[in-house]
Amino acid sequence: MIAAFEARHSTLLIAPTGAGKTLAGFLPSLIALHGEGPERKKAGRDVHTLYISPLKALAVDVARNVITPAEEMNLNLKIETRTGDTPPARRQRQLRTPPDILLTTPEQVALLLSHPSAATFFADLQTIILDELHALVTSKRGDLLALNLARLRTIVPDVVSFGLSATVARPTELQAYLMGQSDPEQKINLARRHFVSESTTPDIKILESSERLPWSGHSSRYAFPEIYRAITDHNLTLVFVNTRSQAEMVFQGLWEANDANLPIALHHGSLAVGQRRKVEAAMVAGKLRGVVCTSTLDLGIDWGDVDLVINVGAPKGASRLAQRIGRANHRFDEPSRALLVPSNRFEVMECRAALDAATAGDQDTQIVRPGGLDVLAQHIIGTACSGPFDTEDLFREVRSALPYSELTRDRFDRIIAFAATGGYALKAYDRFARLRKNEEGLMQLTHSRFAQQYRLNVGTIIEAPMLKVRLGKPKKSGSTAGLRGGRMLGEIEEWFIEQLTPGDTFVFAGRILRYEGMRDTNIFVSRAKAENPSIPSYQGGKFPLSTHLANRVRHMLSDASSWKNLPEQVEEWLQIQQKKSIVPSPQEILIETFPRSAKHYFICYPFEGRLAHQTLGVLLTRRLDRLGARPMGFVANDYAIAIWGLRDMSEMVTTGSIDLDALFEPDMLGDDLDAWLSNSMMMKRTFRNCAVIAGLIERRFPRAEKSGRQVTFSSDLIYDVLREHEPDHILLEAAWADAATGLLDLGRLNDFLTRINGEIRHIALERVSPLAVPVLLEIGRERVPGIDPDDLLRDASNDLIKDAMGRQSST
Amino acid sequence: MTAAPQPNDNTEQADVYFNVAEQTFVADVSGALWWPETETLIVADLHLEKGSAYARRGAFLPPYDSRTTLRRLEATMQRRAPKRMILLGDSFHDLDAMHRLPKAEREHVCRLQAQCAWIWITGNHDPAISERLGGDVCEDYAEAGLTLRHEPGPLETTGEIAGHLHPAARIVRHGRSLRRKCFIANDTRVVIPAFGAYTGGLNVCDEAFTKIFLTPGTQNGPRVWMVGENGVYSVAAKDLRGD
Repeated sequence: MIAAFEARHSTLLIAPTGAGKTLAGFLPSLIALHGEGPERKKAGRDVHTLYISPLKALAVDVARNVITPAEEMNLNLKIETRTGDTPPARRQRQLRTPPDILLTTPEQVALLLSHPSAATFFADLQTIILDELHALVTSKRGDLLALNLARLRTIVPDVVSFGLSATVARPTELQAYLMGQSDPEQKINLARRHFVSESTTPDIKILESSERLPWSGHSSRYAFPEIYRAITDHNLTLVFVNTRSQAEMVFQGLWEANDANLPIALHHGSLAVGQRRKVEAAMVAGKLRGVVCTSTLDLGIDWGDVDLVINVGAPKGASRLAQRIGRANHRFDEPSRALLVPSNRFEVMECRAALDAATAGDQDTQIVRPGGLDVLAQHIIGTACSGPFDTEDLFREVRSALPYSELTRDRFDRIIAFAATGGYALKAYDRFARLRKNEEGLMQLTHSRFAQQYRLNVGTIIEAPMLKVRLGKPKKSGSTAGLRGGRMLGEIEEWFIEQLTPGDTFVFAGRILRYEGMRDTNIFVSRAKAENPSIPSYQGGKFPLSTHLANRVRHMLSDASSWKNLPEQVEEWLQIQQKKSIVPSPQEILIETFPRSAKHYFICYPFEGRLAHQTLGVLLTRRLDRLGARPMGFVANDYAIAIWGLRDMSEMVTTGSIDLDALFEPDMLGDDLDAWLSNSMMMKRTFRNCAVIAGLIERRFPRAEKSGRQVTFSSDLIYDVLREHEPDHILLEAAWADAATGLLDLGRLNDFLTRINGEIRHIALERVSPLAVPVLLEIGRERVPGIDPDDLLRDASNDLIKDAMGRQSST
Repeated sequence: MTAAPQPNDNTEQADVYFNVAEQTFVADVSGALWWPETETLIVADLHLEKGSAYARRGAFLPPYDSRTTLRRLEATMQRRAPKRMILLGDSFHDLDAMHRLPKAEREHVCRLQAQCAWIWITGNHDPAISERLGGDVCEDYAEAGLTLRHEPGPLETTGEIAGHLHPAARIVRHGRSLRRKCFIANDTRVVIPAFGAYTGGLNVCDEAFTKIFLTPGTQNGPRVWMVGENGVYSVAAKDLRGD
């Protein structure tokens, strides 16, 4: 690294968690600053090194870790952090007298760059250190950061970037991200690369339970006693789960099993900050034996002496597992110990696949994605805030950022027009323009209030509206009068609370709570005596199965000789499947049809993950409806889709009235998808996020009177109007691109449909097959998203009629 | 995830009738109120040019809200073929909105006015209506024992049709929350939803409604009809949720 710095080479340092890479990134700067000595102060130098991390907490943590060696080396340096929590006075002071080393987040970099004095502030910048780069670049934050790096390279052309990353599948993508891409026709510019390889192989096991393995579900309840035993046998165990609700459930289960009264804590992103900090401090102090946590503890903060990591549920991706395992034994010379706890039979196979991938050192994190146009719109306003810009120059600069290296001039111009006046075909708003060409031909902000607006709305993280959970019981049930804010327990998603009625009970912050009422952005709860919450939590798993793991699972399934590596129960399950139906080869897709209690079922097993399956489920159901199969509904998990209907689909396939090749024809991603999506809630939500990031709708602030719901409502209206009058508007294009790569997983679905062309294997069965049981058990357990709103209203209305007419009469 | 297939069932819902002050009304799926006996179509809170009002402050909402609103109004007029239109106020988002209204939309208003009698009731957003627009202008309008006005009066009334409050209702069904504009009425008063393309809604559980209606579900409490995509649906008081 030191040599790279001296030779002014940008470098990517790849090292497993715990190898001390963060400090390695700082070392060249410390040495260089040491070399400058007291001269530096006299010359009145500005920021020398900029450190950017995805987490505020990480920036603070790292600052502590760098200050110590700097003091030991007697460097007399000013090392400061700047995050959303930094008081305004200090931020002002930092602008006047910048520190030598500044540790911050991508959003703060964007804010600094939007300042008119940005060019002087960064004029002496030598080094940019990007920590946890693999976690940053896969999101819109990564797009924003890439644009800001490009800006910094314009201000200081010879700045050196150091990327610090965990092991990734394709490091060249990160190497290219660190560099300016001058010309897409040319070869891609790559930073150098430096590997620190894993010196020990992790010691991973899958829980061999003596209990009966569940067919489906995500609770892993069967394994709680065994998880507890593992905690008892270790000093400090991290129990990773995939969602907040799982964390709550596992924590409760462990608490019930906690005969020895071990100190076990809960840590997830929805808990109050104070509570989280307490848990973290207790961990570092060695006061805890176990912590149940979500991905909030995934990233590289050093939290004490963990000697076992338990992953509850399937890890869904090989890279995520590697990250989590890295939390155990944060010392480089000892193997990490991990225990995987599958929560159902399919997950056993998935855990096996993840374990094989970990042993082989395989990774699956994908990086390259075209940069978001909404982020670009935000960046353009930010650039204008720092001063007038030349459109040509900015286009060149934007294209030098890897995510935007293929941006066309046409798109760029449309985004400029969007930032200036909304970019509508009907040029109604020219007189209200935010950006306008000045006499020198440069684009300029028309009013300083737009700069304030920008500063309030900067960033790409659109939080789902959250409500504060407070203890408090009303005098009269159901009324929020007289409720005063009690202790805050944390925050919870608005959508979850929406389905509650006062009196309902649910699990939060490790206890069962009774919902009492809501006022403003607070919900009030009291401790409940109930043993089981009345409102189940619907979020099963958050991350879809990665393509890489899915592939491994498909191969494992088709290869009967590999089943002996699986628990006996699972092996037996697959053997019966082979007897009663078939086990598909890895290239094939299996479709089973069978009758069951007056309904006819159509099951397919694409193994493409829940997101792609939901999209496919909607589209298949629409097509089956057109073919007259009278489908009633569908359910999807990570492995399979089950559709049920009123007509005998076995017969329809046999007689040819359902042509399977035509049913799975990739053209379903055209008009069918369009027709469904345009009106879907999901598309409207995606549009809302784009509209907020792009600056069309203002972000929601705490205490501002505009509630999240009002924003949701009006953005839906805007979406409808825009689609009706200007369906090819750039913001709709941006939302569509987002949905396609994100929630719909269209790329994956398209690959799948192309892959299975001519490889469809249909089996008509008399009854349900063993492989179909898990997905059928999901029916009724999951939230109903795709339903037509009018059906809900009709339903509510019919209830009213029934009430009025008496229950006996039919309607 | 479970999802029901979306039924391609665009069949029109049967009209929903209710009585206010012994007159019969129909809650139209567009959010307009149809008064069959006098062949009058009543709409509230068009908020024309709300988009350009935001654009002045740098929020460039699509400049098509007036166009959308007027097209929806025209479609409703075609279905009901009224002899008379009554607009319950806040037809324009602000006093300047009439001047910002694009030429095509101004002409559209004229075309609609040519089809039937036209009464503008003024609202708090549009306390005056330019004479150039045509139609009669008044603060309130009385007929058949009913007063039509923008803002609802006090709790006690013998017959009133009003807008202003933008009523909306929310229900929760199958773990999903649904919020839609709605009509809210008792035997002597109806408040109709906002018609404009960019108009939001105020929950009927809000104090603004309990002040002029009794609490839903109590004796003489109001009834609520939610406006869906293809029909208007009555909703039981016990199903209503606050925001």
